[in-house]
Amino acid sequence: MESDRIVADMVEATEFPHLAQRYGIMGVPKTVANEIGLADGALPEAALIANLMALTDPG
Amino acid sequence: MAFIQDKDRTVVQTRFEELDQPVKLINFTQDVECMYCRETRQLMEEITELSDKITLEEYDFVADKDAVKRYSIDKIPATVVEGDKDYGIRFFGIPTGYEFGTLIEDIIMVSKGDSGLEPETRLALATLNEPVHLQVFVTPT
Repeated sequence: MESDRIVADMVEATEFPHLAQRYGIMGVPKTVANEIGLADGALPEAALIANLMALTDPG
Repeated sequence: MAFIQDKDRTVVQTRFEELDQPVKLINFTQDVECMYCRETRQLMEEITELSDKITLEEYDFVADKDAVKRYSIDKIPATVVEGDKDYGIRFFGIPTGYEFGTLIEDIIMVSKGDSGLEPETRLALATLNEPVHLQVFVTPT
């Protein structure tokens, strides 16, 4: 909601096993951003955002 | 058989009293229904019955190509939670267990038009200079 640039999916891994395999989903929840692993498990908001900004803002 | 148990219906209906603006659930399924497509559609129908502010639109993944393209749906069952606009919130697969609660919270959040995020987060997100596709993988609990 906060950004027009973000699309967020909930993906039920057992119904889409090809995706679970593509991203190497071993445990849930797992968050992927732009095809790259962002978080394993549930992170606090600040940590999740820090990971996201690091991923999208190189240097 | 209803998906939402009676006691849960009451809880959800009470939560839905917080709804402000109307919310649209846009559900994508297909004729030859995929795994959980029928159940997801039924669940969305039950949720929609719990508030006058929630409406349901249903599209066929194969036949309704315009809608599929508009909402960038690449797999089904899929449900979009839309408020005054499409915020890019999608549920792929059936949202049961813990994810049911997430769906209800998202409906309320979209209706209120407020993400509920911290000010620092909002500031950081405003600096985003590229598209981000988040996928949160879950399993039915």
